[in-house]
Amino acid sequence: MKVRAQIAMVLNLDKCIGCHTCSITCKNVWTNREGVEYVWFNNVESKPGVGYPKDWENQNRWKGGWVRRKNGKIEPRQGSKWRILSKIFANPDLPEIDDFYEPYTFEYEWLQKAPELEAQPSAKPRSLVTGEVLTKIEWSGNWEDDLGGEFAKRSRDYNFDGVEKEIYGQFEQTFLMYLPRLCEHCLNPSCLASCPSGAIYKREEDGIVLIDQEKCRGWRMCVSGCPYKKVYYNWSTGKSEKCIFCYPRIETGQPTVCSETCVGRIRYLGVVLYDADRIQEAASVEDPQNLYPAQLGVFLDPYDVAVQDQARRDGVPDTWIEAAARSPVYKMAMEWKVAFPLHPEYRTLPMVWYVPPLSPIQSAAEAGKMSVNNGMPDVRSLRIPVRYLANLLTAGAEEPIVMALERMLAMRGYMRAKSIEGRINESIAERVGLTGPVIEEMYRYMALAAYEDRYVIPTTRREIHEDAYHLRGSTGFGFKEPTDGSSKLNLFGGSKRTPRKPYMDIPT
Amino acid sequence: MHEFINYLLFGWYPYLAITVLIVGSILRFDKGQYTWRSQSSQFLRRRQMILGSNLFHLGVLILFVGHFMGLLVPEAIYAFAGIGHSFKQMMALIVGGIAGIAAFIGCSLLLHRRLFDPRVRRSSSIGDILVLILLWLQIALGLATAFWTIRALDGHEMVLFMNWASGLTRLDPGASALIIDTALVYRVHIVLGLTLFLITPFTRLVHIWSAPIWYLFRPGYQIVRSRAKTGATTTPTMGPAGAAPSFGGDAIPRAHSESSQ
Repeated sequence: MKVRAQIAMVLNLDKCIGCHTCSITCKNVWTNREGVEYVWFNNVESKPGVGYPKDWENQNRWKGGWVRRKNGKIEPRQGSKWRILSKIFANPDLPEIDDFYEPYTFEYEWLQKAPELEAQPSAKPRSLVTGEVLTKIEWSGNWEDDLGGEFAKRSRDYNFDGVEKEIYGQFEQTFLMYLPRLCEHCLNPSCLASCPSGAIYKREEDGIVLIDQEKCRGWRMCVSGCPYKKVYYNWSTGKSEKCIFCYPRIETGQPTVCSETCVGRIRYLGVVLYDADRIQEAASVEDPQNLYPAQLGVFLDPYDVAVQDQARRDGVPDTWIEAAARSPVYKMAMEWKVAFPLHPEYRTLPMVWYVPPLSPIQSAAEAGKMSVNNGMPDVRSLRIPVRYLANLLTAGAEEPIVMALERMLAMRGYMRAKSIEGRINESIAERVGLTGPVIEEMYRYMALAAYEDRYVIPTTRREIHEDAYHLRGSTGFGFKEPTDGSSKLNLFGGSKRTPRKPYMDIPT
Repeated sequence: MHEFINYLLFGWYPYLAITVLIVGSILRFDKGQYTWRSQSSQFLRRRQMILGSNLFHLGVLILFVGHFMGLLVPEAIYAFAGIGHSFKQMMALIVGGIAGIAAFIGCSLLLHRRLFDPRVRRSSSIGDILVLILLWLQIALGLATAFWTIRALDGHEMVLFMNWASGLTRLDPGASALIIDTALVYRVHIVLGLTLFLITPFTRLVHIWSAPIWYLFRPGYQIVRSRAKTGATTTPTMGPAGAAPSFGGDAIPRAHSESSQ
């Protein structure tokens, strides 16, 4: 057993209202620079939909994640190291900027400076790559917002596998959910595995996956290697960039920007202890549907004294062990089993987990009554097909999703009985394998969701771990300046002269 | 005058170019690795890239190895292996010709794309365009030499160039005089090639140094970076207790703190 700690995240999709505040605050902090105008470290997708970049879940096309070979070993879907190197001159699996969208701004200045005209002046869109006028904006971030676009296009969503999707194209039957996405900071990251330079690394002390901007040579294998398409190529600096989990904030005990600003209080951050020796084995199980339970098996019980002792021996600070015992992420993923990894079939063991959303009950709307099983609404008659959620979160296994949804419904039933009828109905809790106090704890965390319950983040023990001398310039983020930052002139490949015109200097 | 220019270009310029190539690259690597990258434009425009880049790079790699073997491997080794000059010249013509044509097609595609695709053009620096134009000219010149080579298939001119190159490695001041009477096209090709060496540290060409073959020898796939001090126990800013910190020292000791998962 080799104990390591990771700051993990859970997103409670049941409460996501799709306001995109997380995306906007993230963008304003991290990706409002030249070369990454198209980049959203955090984005919110409307599901069903093809997402961002288009069709990202189709790994036959993009070759992201891992595959299990016949001998039981896993290798990147792009191929072994030899195969990856052979693609270095031109990566056939690399998306193009149009698969995300061509970034643009509008000629706002013209609205103010236009002389007297016959017609109303209009702000034409201009590409932020070429500076040329775009005649038609074909795609953009969040293009499919709130079921935007024809169902025929949206239904190319990969999670419709095994679902009679034609039904859900009808107006009365359609469904909608939001899926906020960011880097998963995987235990078995395939972007890292595909990086020929060795620039990507996982931090031992908090599990955050970063790209060393000084070591990155722009071979761009990580972009295709990440199955979530959460590594982005900065076309201006020629380096890849990705979500850094706001590590400067995490290190000081603050939640990430996306979490801090989430108005729906859907995000949770907490420490999870895991056994680094079991990662390989868990990522290599044969049946993809067993990957979710296998990943649960990698997580360690923070209340177990043996685990705590080993953690101390492996250099996990006491404050982190204590935080692990209070971790909301551990409670939701391990104790209540209401949170699930996104697409575990990619075998990356992601560490950003999701609570599946409840949805209106179809038959209730039709006939004024609900389909009821033993006094509880049948989750299989929820508007969002269970199969769809299972394809998203458990590689198609429906039972864990059903159990989670039933527990959430039970929580509602129990608390309704308690606060409206004034009685404690233990039978509701028993039916889903929980007890009254556990349900009340769930209610506290998931419904009330106080700030200090959502974010249990121990600060980094810099005085123990860090030697800043080693870390110069190795952050996952940087600006195109000479390293000393003092001179404008750079003999070695200075700033690019991009065709910036005044109207393009508007912050994107 | 002719001798003097010949001496400058073939007796002196090679040393300048190689020195700038090596010293400049080291300085740049030390000063700002953030600018050290391949600067691929595939993400902006895939068209012409898959075919162009593969043809160009594979062709150039074969040509590079070919030139290295042809010019710098001592004559004695060829004699020992029983390879005659005429045979070697023929091989150079065939292998170099095929690789050269591949590289030329690839480079033409890449150059066309860089100049005429608005996305790639607008995001290119002057250096990016210059490098590609020089490479295209260099490959074109290299292909043009075939015309003269075919007229001298016995390889006597090739032997002159071999002796010139080995003379340079021996710091022989008379080396440049050996090739003074060879066809002009060869000598222009050499000067342009040395110029490419010269400008390498100042352009994206530095990515050649970083060909990531070490990837093949990485144990496993994963990299975990620990901030705990392993390997180097003291650094200029964090020495033993009681010692005053000093500054300077190794540029990249962070390699010490990496371990495989």
